[in-house]
Amino acid sequence: MDEPKEPHYELAASAEAAEASRFDEAPIIGPGYTLGSVTEKISQITLTRSTPRWWFLGFGISFLLLTILLYTISRLILVGVGIWGINIPVGWGFDIINFVWWIGIGHAGTLISAILLLLRQDWRTSINRFAEAMTLFAVAAAGLYPLLHTGRPWFAYWMFPYPNTMGLWPQFRSPLIWDVFAVSTYATVSALFWFIGLIPDFATLRDRARSRSFRFVYGLLAMGWRGSAKHWHRYETAYLLLAGLATPLVLSVHTIVSFDFATSVIPGWHATFFPPYFVAGAVFAGFAMVLTLCIPLRKAFNLEDFITIKHLENMGKVLLATGMIVAYAYGMEAFFAWYSGNEYEMFMIKNRMSGPYALLYWLLILCNVVAVQAMWFKKVRTTPALLFIVAMFVNVGMWLERFVIIVTSLHRDFLPSSWGMYHATRWDWGMFVGTIGLFLTLIFLFVRFLPVISIFEMRTLLPEADVHEEKS
Amino acid sequence: MSRKLPIHGVMGEFEDAREILEAAESAYAAGYRKMDAYSPFPVHGLDEAIGFQRSRLPLIVLIGGLIGGLGGFAMQYFASVIDYPLNIGGKPLNSWPAFIPVTFECAILAAALAAILGMLGLNGLPEPYHPVFHVPRFELASRSHFFLCIEARDPKFDLDEARRFLQSVGAREVTDVPS
Repeated sequence: MDEPKEPHYELAASAEAAEASRFDEAPIIGPGYTLGSVTEKISQITLTRSTPRWWFLGFGISFLLLTILLYTISRLILVGVGIWGINIPVGWGFDIINFVWWIGIGHAGTLISAILLLLRQDWRTSINRFAEAMTLFAVAAAGLYPLLHTGRPWFAYWMFPYPNTMGLWPQFRSPLIWDVFAVSTYATVSALFWFIGLIPDFATLRDRARSRSFRFVYGLLAMGWRGSAKHWHRYETAYLLLAGLATPLVLSVHTIVSFDFATSVIPGWHATFFPPYFVAGAVFAGFAMVLTLCIPLRKAFNLEDFITIKHLENMGKVLLATGMIVAYAYGMEAFFAWYSGNEYEMFMIKNRMSGPYALLYWLLILCNVVAVQAMWFKKVRTTPALLFIVAMFVNVGMWLERFVIIVTSLHRDFLPSSWGMYHATRWDWGMFVGTIGLFLTLIFLFVRFLPVISIFEMRTLLPEADVHEEKS
Repeated sequence: MSRKLPIHGVMGEFEDAREILEAAESAYAAGYRKMDAYSPFPVHGLDEAIGFQRSRLPLIVLIGGLIGGLGGFAMQYFASVIDYPLNIGGKPLNSWPAFIPVTFECAILAAALAAILGMLGLNGLPEPYHPVFHVPRFELASRSHFFLCIEARDPKFDLDEARRFLQSVGAREVTDVPS
């Protein structure tokens, strides 16, 4: 399966090199495509009757992992959060680490679909659909954790303001309630944004599906979309406005997540630079996950003409830029601790670098600061296999970052008499692996039943879609 | 129900975005007002060519956002100052800076819902039935082809003349659309 692709890279890379010398005009779509062939190629992935064997294998493994999640959740509800490794002083363990990790991963999807749209970055078009799907599934995985961490998830609705017989209201001055609003708004808006983007493609699938039942389902989802010029006008207006709304939203979500830490008095958390630090980290983690997903995906579905080397290289550059911001933040964490003159802050950073969890701290530096420097080399940015490896480093590194921030700050804060250690139990690990299963299961279902690339937006990239050339 | 016309209109098929843009412009110039153009992707200028001016959608979104923001703040004010005031060390009950995050999220949520529901509502979606789907080749409108439909409710509409007009502006195939 690998063999025929190799010369293709060579071709794309050499064509790109020639183009690049003419000033940054590397292709974002392969040559020779028409409106019809773009439509065929992408909708075929969804409409084909023969599901590839690797899909069953991947889906099967993911689903197996998902059953672990269901098992750990059942056990958690029966026994309680005592099965986790959390204790006093480390009351926030894997639940919050994984919550922040997952929600951060989600942010790249919104960044690609909304911010890059506003910045008129055409190359976002072929990756925005599945980056948004990734957002949605990551938020679903993230949302589970705070819900289950409450210990009694069946009372989770107490966090929402509703008239109740107890006469109580949520504490609106608490960052944890801000989180409830931020994450639920984020999940809702991301889902709607994604659905709206899918409507014209549902219409395409409706018109092209051969089986009656599929035509019915896609027809239902397309809601009678017929591509009228008036509809397109309002559609584009709505899409642009949603992008404008999603942009501050995505920044606010991770800002509010960072407030969970920054508004406390714990050394290592109580820092004003947490919001930008967390947002940059989220984009960093998210782009790494987009790369992790799209490198195998473009290979599996032969989408090298749509997700070109140019896309991968651009994502590599974003990874490098955000990686540098994150590296700067690590430096600033240490600087603030020293500059504050506060002995608890100074102890915190010393403990982080040389205490019982020092190994994790230095692994985090290796993954997030050292490994990403490989992105300075064009050769690495344009070689999918190498990019994939660096992206995996970042995935692990960002998880370690959250572990280090949460656990090392909590386990030794003020009084040595109340110090402790945190060790994850097998239930913690089971649930973590389980949420990866949930995420991957949803991804596999998505790539099988929905178009992985926005078909109508790809059409607009074709030369024949440009009607203004002659007129102006 | 208004009077039922036996025919929805006449539809011409085009193969190129530029062709349909020019056809729509000449149709407008020829005096047709009730028409619609269908394309597999948003063709810039096509909405203006068929005489569609501007949408009220931005205003709806603004109103949605204002209602969400004001409502979100009012809810917190009501909860913390009126309905359940808690005096904590004499701190102000209306601690507005702490209410900003929830206010902001409510504004975004309401504006986004307004954008989506407003877009669907103004477009009349979901719409289970529409006459244009009677045209067999119309399924290409979501793939690669472009269609211009001159509708029967246009005061200037005359079946033969509309057919001839569409042919004259270069339509590949001209079909009557039953209603």
